[in-house]
Amino acid sequence: MLVLNEQQRDAIVATCIRALPDEGCGILLGVNDGDRAIVRHVMASENVLHSAKVYEIDPKMLLRAYRRADDEVIDVLGVFHSHTHSEAYPSPTDVAQAPDPQWHYVLVSLRALPTQLRSFRIVDDAVDEEEVVVS
Amino acid sequence: MAAGAKVDVVSRVLDQSESGIMTAVLRVPTVLRPALGGVATMQVEGATIGGVLSELSDAYPAVKGQLLNDDGTLHRFLNVYINDDDVRYLGGVNAPVANDDEITLLPAVAGGASG
Repeated sequence: MLVLNEQQRDAIVATCIRALPDEGCGILLGVNDGDRAIVRHVMASENVLHSAKVYEIDPKMLLRAYRRADDEVIDVLGVFHSHTHSEAYPSPTDVAQAPDPQWHYVLVSLRALPTQLRSFRIVDDAVDEEEVVVS
Repeated sequence: MAAGAKVDVVSRVLDQSESGIMTAVLRVPTVLRPALGGVATMQVEGATIGGVLSELSDAYPAVKGQLLNDDGTLHRFLNVYINDDDVRYLGGVNAPVANDDEITLLPAVAGGASG
């Protein structure tokens, strides 16, 4: 279960909208509390691939995110990115490149309004949707 | 065989103060820890990043192919930093390693609707 507040959800969606026509992306920091992953920070990244079909987190931002997590003794919870013209579900590319079974993979679809935000775990190429709680 | 290689790395680290070989601290991301002995940090040695990664690949066969390509270049989906700098801007695998440098490995975070 991924827990975030309205401001954090809006920050994720706004990052994705600002990146249009490209895919938008960023890193989520927070804490794990049992089966709940509670978001503390939404860190927007440049999509260094500048593409509407693929994304990559800016490596410099990625290092900053890990350093910030270390400094605050919290975790890098996962990543968010947008699909501009398809549903908010991990693509084969997303699954193939999902590096960490501990991570939460948040997908935002900008295909239609209202925008859709969903979260997934990806373990051994198996996609498992999880509940998103906006508090 | 892997265990012997690890001992070899450790023994050379212990020798470094006499031999003058540079040693650096490697920070290991959680996703690579199972393949690198389960540790968060370790001491490594080498004159260049390519040397450090090559030695790691030899000592820990589980990461072979995840760090360097067969031709010795940096794997496309691995980010390597010396202190705060991405080694791609420091000469790639030829980036020099200095004593007490902090080397961080982070798998690239990428994907998208289609490749």
